[in-house]
Amino acid sequence: MQPTELSNSSPAKDASDHRWRQRLNDWFPAILLFFVFAICVLPLLPLIGSWSNVEGDLWQHLWQTELPELFSNTLLLIALVGTASFLLGVGLAWLIVMYDFPGRSILQWGLMLPLAIPPYILAFVVLGFTDFGGPMQHALSAVGLGIEWLPDMRSPLGVSLVFTLSLYPYVYLLMRSALQRKGRSSYESARTLGYGKIAAFWKLVLPLTRPAWVAGLALVLMETLADFGAVSIFNFNTFTTAVYKSWYGFYSHNTAAQLACLLLLFVTLAVLAEKWGRGQGRYEQTGTALKQYRQRLSGVWGIFAQISAWLVFALGFVLPVIQLVVWSVASFERHTEGTLSLLMNTVILAVLAALLTLMVAAVVVWAQRHKASKPRAFMGEFSQLGYAMPGTVLAVGLMMALNIIDGWIADIFDAKGQWLATGLFALLLAYVIRFLRIGFGPLSSSMGQIKPSIIETAGILGAGKRERLFRVYIPLLRPGVLTALLLVFVEVMKEMPATLILRTFGWDTLAIRIYELSSEGEWELTALPAILLVAVGILPVILLIKKSEV
Amino acid sequence: MISMNKWLVALAVGAALSVTACGDSEEQSAVTKAAGKQEKVVAKKGSETAEAKAENQQEIVVYSSRKEHLIKPFFEQFTKETGIPVIYITDAAAPLISRLKAEGERSPADILMTVDAGNLWQATQEGVLQPLESEVLEANIPESLQDPDNEWFGLTVRARTIVYSKERVQPDELTTYEALGDEQWQGRLCLRTSKKVYNQSLVAMLIARHGEEKAQQIVEGWVANLATDPFSNDTKVMKAIEAGACDVGIVNTYYFGRLEKDNPEIPLALFWPNQQTTGVHVNVSGAGITKHSSNVENATKLLEWLSSAEAQQMYAGLNMEYPANPEIKPVPEVEAWGSFKADDMNLSKAGELQPQAVKVMDRAGYK
Repeated sequence: MQPTELSNSSPAKDASDHRWRQRLNDWFPAILLFFVFAICVLPLLPLIGSWSNVEGDLWQHLWQTELPELFSNTLLLIALVGTASFLLGVGLAWLIVMYDFPGRSILQWGLMLPLAIPPYILAFVVLGFTDFGGPMQHALSAVGLGIEWLPDMRSPLGVSLVFTLSLYPYVYLLMRSALQRKGRSSYESARTLGYGKIAAFWKLVLPLTRPAWVAGLALVLMETLADFGAVSIFNFNTFTTAVYKSWYGFYSHNTAAQLACLLLLFVTLAVLAEKWGRGQGRYEQTGTALKQYRQRLSGVWGIFAQISAWLVFALGFVLPVIQLVVWSVASFERHTEGTLSLLMNTVILAVLAALLTLMVAAVVVWAQRHKASKPRAFMGEFSQLGYAMPGTVLAVGLMMALNIIDGWIADIFDAKGQWLATGLFALLLAYVIRFLRIGFGPLSSSMGQIKPSIIETAGILGAGKRERLFRVYIPLLRPGVLTALLLVFVEVMKEMPATLILRTFGWDTLAIRIYELSSEGEWELTALPAILLVAVGILPVILLIKKSEV
Repeated sequence: MISMNKWLVALAVGAALSVTACGDSEEQSAVTKAAGKQEKVVAKKGSETAEAKAENQQEIVVYSSRKEHLIKPFFEQFTKETGIPVIYITDAAAPLISRLKAEGERSPADILMTVDAGNLWQATQEGVLQPLESEVLEANIPESLQDPDNEWFGLTVRARTIVYSKERVQPDELTTYEALGDEQWQGRLCLRTSKKVYNQSLVAMLIARHGEEKAQQIVEGWVANLATDPFSNDTKVMKAIEAGACDVGIVNTYYFGRLEKDNPEIPLALFWPNQQTTGVHVNVSGAGITKHSSNVENATKLLEWLSSAEAQQMYAGLNMEYPANPEIKPVPEVEAWGSFKADDMNLSKAGELQPQAVKVMDRAGYK
C-alpha cells in the first residue's frame, strides 16, 4: 500500500469514501430488514422442508375422513367470527364516537376489556357455566326446568361467540380511533351533500376507514385460525386441530407441518387478496381528531343500541370475571404456593418481549419508509406471518431451526452444549416472530402520519438529524409506540403454546399453569391463575383506550 | 467466528425466496455486524449455563408431561433425602419428544416422564430413550408395565373403565367395552374426544384383540349410541351422566376418584368390564432415561426411588392411581373401588397400533 492512498486529503479517496457511505446509508435499512426477514422465516424452513417426505396414505386417509369437514368448519368459523366481530367492532365504535348516552364514559373503555380475557379462558368459563352440572343447570333446576333447556354451546355458534367476544376489541380499538380522526367529519360532509344516513355510512365512512377495520379483522381472524386452546376445549375440529392430531395422534411431524403450510398459504393469499382489492389507493390518515360533539341517543333504535352495548360488555367481561372470582374463592385453599412467581415471570417476559418486538417492528417500519419497493414490502409482509401460525407450529419450527444452528456451532467451535435453543433467547425470539404484526401495525400507521413534508419543513428550519429524531419523529410516534407496546404486552401474557415448548427451567407463566389445570378439566382450580392473568391485562387495556382518548 | 457468520449468511440467503438486489459486500458486512452482536449475548449466556452445570454436577433434568402438581412434591422429597437437585419442564408428550429429538446430544434432559404407553412407545421409536439395566426396577415393576427393551418403566397404573349412573343403570346390565356398542345403549352413552391418547390406546388394544375390522364395528356402535357430541375431558363425561344427559361412559379411574372426593354422595359408580374375557384396559404413567443423558447414575436413582415402596403409594395416591409396584397397596379411596382383572397384554402394543386406532376412529366418525 502506498502512503498516499492512506492520506485523507486525497480527493479521490474522499469521494469514494463518501459514495461508499452514501451507499451504505441507502442499503443499511434494507440489510437490517433482510436480517429481520431471515429470522422471522426461520420457523418456516422446517415446515417447508417437511414436503420432502409426503405420507400419501395418511393424506388419503385425512382426505377421505376429516379434511372436507375441517375445511367447512374452519370456513364457517371464519365467516361467523369475521361477520360478528365486524358488526360488534364497527357498530360499537360508531356508537361510542357518534352518540352520547348514559354510561358512555364507562362503556368506551369497558368495551375494550374483553381483550384481557384470552379465548381459551373464555371458552372454559362459558362451558363451565353452561355445561352439565354447571351453575346454569342448577339455576334451571331451581325453577323446575330440565337439562333440555341448557343451550348447546358446543356448537359452531358457541365457539364463534367465544372468539367474537374475546377478539372483537381489535376491530373496536382501531375503528374507534379511525372514526375519531376522520369518520365523523366525512360523515357530516356527506350528509350536507345530501347523502342519507345509511348511504353516508356505507359509501363514505366505511371505505375511508377500511384500513382500520381490515387490520382489526385480520388480527381477529388470524388469531382464530391459529387458536388451539379454545377449539380443543370445545372439541371443535378445525384446520389447526388437524395439525395437532397428525402430530399427537399419527406421530407424523411431516403431515402436521404440511397442514400448517397449507394454513399459512391460505392466510398469505387472503392478505394478498386484500392488498390487491385495496388497489394502489393509499389511505393516508389525514386530519387530526377534533373535539367531538356527540348526538344524544334516542328512539327505539337508541335503546336497542345501548342495551346491545351493555350486553356485550356483560357477556364479554363482567360475567366471565364474576364466574372466575366465584371459582377462585371456592378453590382458594387448594392452591399451592408459587402463583405469585408465575405472575412475575409472566410480566417480565411480556415486558421484555414487548420491547424487543417494538425494536424489530421499528426496523421494518424504518426500512419500508426509507424506500418503498416491492422487495421491501414483500419482506415486511412475510416477516409478519408468524401471527397466523399456530403457536406450537411456530415454536417447534423455531426450535428445530435453532438446534440445527446449535449443531453447526458445536461442530465448528467444538463446543458442546446449547447456545441459541436455550434460555430465554429462544422464547423471546418466538414471541417477537409471533407478535411482530401486532407491534408493526400501530407503529406503521403513526409513521404514516408523519408526512415527508413535515420532515422537509423541519430540515428547512435547520433541524439536524438528531433534532429531527428527538423533536419530530419520537413525539409524533409516541402514541403508536405505546399502542404497540401495550398490545404486544397483552398478547405475550396470554400466549400459551409457544411458551410451553420453548420456556426454560423455572420460567413457568400463568398461562402454563392454566394449561396444566384446564387440560385436566379442573375449571375451579384454573380460575385463580386465570383471574390474575385477566387482572394484569386490564391495566394495559385501559391505558390503550385512555391513550386514544380525544 | 468467520465461518459461523458465513453459515448465518448462507442460512439467511437460503431462507430468502427472493433476494433483494443488494451488493454482496454490504450485505455480508451488515449481517456480520448483527450476527456479532447476537453472538456476544449468546456467548455470555452459554458460559453462564456452563458454570451452572459445573456447580451442580449431579442435577437431574426432567422433561415431564405429568403435571407439575403431581411430580413436584416427590422431586422435593427425593432432593431432601439424597441431596440431588431435580429441575423439570412440563409440556405435552409430543412436543417434549420433538424437543429431545431436536436437541440431540446437546439436550440437557436426563429423564422423559410421560403418561400413556402410546407416548412412551413413540419415544422409543424416535430414539430419544436408552435402555436401562436396573435390578431394582426389574424387581419393582411387572413385565407388562415396562418396555420390552427396558427403555421405559411404568410408575403408576390407571384403569380406563366404565362409569355408570347408579340411578338408571343396574351393574348387571353391563358386561364389556364392546357391548357398549349394543342397541340397548342407544342414546345413553357419553364419550371423551377421540383426540385424547387414552381413547386412542383403548381402541388400539381393541384392534390388538379383535383385528381392525371388528374394532371399527365396535367403535361405530359406540358412535351410534352417543347421547351427545364427545367431550373434551373425562370429568365432563361424568358430569353429563350425573345430570342425566346419558347413563354410561368410559373414563380413567382417577377422574372418578376426584369427583367422588368432592362429593362422596355422587350417584355414579365404576364398573370393571371384560372380567370374563380380556380384562380391564389399564395404562401407565412412566419414565425412561434419555439417550443423551449426562447423568444416568442419578437419573436411575430417581426412577428407582419412585418405584420403591416408600414413594409408590403416595406417588400413585396423590393422583388416585394404582401403584405400578404390585407389592404396594393403593390408597384406601382407590382400594374401595374393588379389585379387578387387568388386561395383561404388553402396553407397547398400544403405541404401535395408535395411528391405526386413530384412523379407525376417524372412519367411524368418532370426533
